[in-house]
Amino acid sequence: MIDERFDAIVVGAGMAGNAAALTLAQRGLKVLQLERGEYSGSKNVQGAILYADMLEKLVPDFRDDAPLERHLVEQRFWMMDDNSHTGLHYRSDEFNEERPNRYTIIRAQFDKWFSKKVQEAGAVVLCETTVLELLQDAYGKVIGVRTDRNSGKIGADVVVLAEGVSGLLGTRAGLRKMPDKNNVALAVKEMHFLPQETLEARFNLRGDEGAVIEAVGTISQGMTGMGFIYTNKESISLGIGCLVADFEKTGQTPYGLLEKFKQHPSVAALIAGSEVKEYAAHLIPEGGFKAIPQLYGDGWVVVGDAAQLNNAVHREGSNLAMTSGRLAAEAIFQIKSRRDPMTKKNLALYKKMLDESFVMKDLKKYRDMPDLLHIQAQNFFLTYPQLVSKAMTNFLRVDGTPKREKEKATFRSFLTARSPMGLVGDAVRLARAWR
Amino acid sequence: MSAEAAVRVEDKLYLNRYLVDSGRAHIKVRPHAKPSAALLSLLKLCPAHCYEMNSAGQVEIATDGCIECGTCRIVAEPSGDIEWNYPRGGYGVLFKFG
Repeated sequence: MIDERFDAIVVGAGMAGNAAALTLAQRGLKVLQLERGEYSGSKNVQGAILYADMLEKLVPDFRDDAPLERHLVEQRFWMMDDNSHTGLHYRSDEFNEERPNRYTIIRAQFDKWFSKKVQEAGAVVLCETTVLELLQDAYGKVIGVRTDRNSGKIGADVVVLAEGVSGLLGTRAGLRKMPDKNNVALAVKEMHFLPQETLEARFNLRGDEGAVIEAVGTISQGMTGMGFIYTNKESISLGIGCLVADFEKTGQTPYGLLEKFKQHPSVAALIAGSEVKEYAAHLIPEGGFKAIPQLYGDGWVVVGDAAQLNNAVHREGSNLAMTSGRLAAEAIFQIKSRRDPMTKKNLALYKKMLDESFVMKDLKKYRDMPDLLHIQAQNFFLTYPQLVSKAMTNFLRVDGTPKREKEKATFRSFLTARSPMGLVGDAVRLARAWR
Repeated sequence: MSAEAAVRVEDKLYLNRYLVDSGRAHIKVRPHAKPSAALLSLLKLCPAHCYEMNSAGQVEIATDGCIECGTCRIVAEPSGDIEWNYPRGGYGVLFKFG
């Protein structure tokens, strides 16, 4: 017994779900969006950086009222050993532009705003509603959902699965496999609050300028992983993530790793005296192109993290999510306009549009990167940062040792740690995966 | 090890907002005599430290502090060691920042 019918049901109100629901509603379709949180955003966790271009395509004037924290003018990459970091630092005043390219955001607040846009466009947004299962007909076609509300069966021509990385509904219905623990990272994060002036002084910022630090090295204890520090208006998002399979192998605890990251002398000074107000954790799809599942079928499409659309090399996720949500909605709208049914054959249009977008082009470019970084974790995340650090301290310390001897010692340390073939091999492998 | 012993996850979770659905754990551990390797790994892997070993040597879960990341599902649902669901609509962790 189906109680109500919609043109489309969107499951989830994260970046992908909101982009899909907004686009569908803007095109005049009858849309229902279901979200299990108290409000859109209350279950969503991200670093978080927002890329303006992908949001502009959905809400052109978002800068007028979206809750944005800081626009980014500075990016730092740190290679860390236990006591030091070697940094690459890029800062440009050109990022202080009229329409900045990247912002930090706080997801719970941003998503609430995004959801308001979805509602204004005419979609029905039902929060505090967990979808329990997908309804399928005898041929496996998805025809709606069952929720945990009373009389909770709702029908639709198509269901957009924007249910996040774990992807409970789609995996349970056998539409795709559960993500593999070798292909997902577990990230933990804290929100550190500081007076605005203190934060701006510590990071050398003025007004709404923001800075980002991404860090690799001994902080991940030889696991494939990365730490991050993002400046918000009056808080710092600080976290670290590593592959789930690596956590399992090493027996390191996520919170233990986070604590050590915070205690590192390079980090401790930045957060000294801060008040922590929240602790969160989230899985991040890291498998890249090879981990992307079947993206559409009879009566359904999958978007965002649930479709494993994440560019781990560039740390882009929410923009891929927004783009996939928008493209799925546009494909649905086109099919609907032709009065065609939402069959697998017709919904292949979504995949075609995604293939032609930067989403698939970028993921394809880096298809070999996850394997390389995962297999070579010890070298890239432990050995090299330590070697670089040794080389730097050797270079900078003035102690009467002749420079030629210092250079020899540095060179020797690389050779002993990785062997000449190892060094060349790593360089070639990296270049190949990057190509 | 010493640095880890100093971390009390409970203190971190105390910062968070929850609406606990009393008596309705959304994750259940399958009854077992001896815990599997997957279950044992959850003792350390769970970022909210929801899994603990009881005095009888079995792995138990208390879902009250769960931050719904899904890690335990990825690790222990395929082997059938746990039964995993999301909390009922509106219940569970409520992020202020996320």
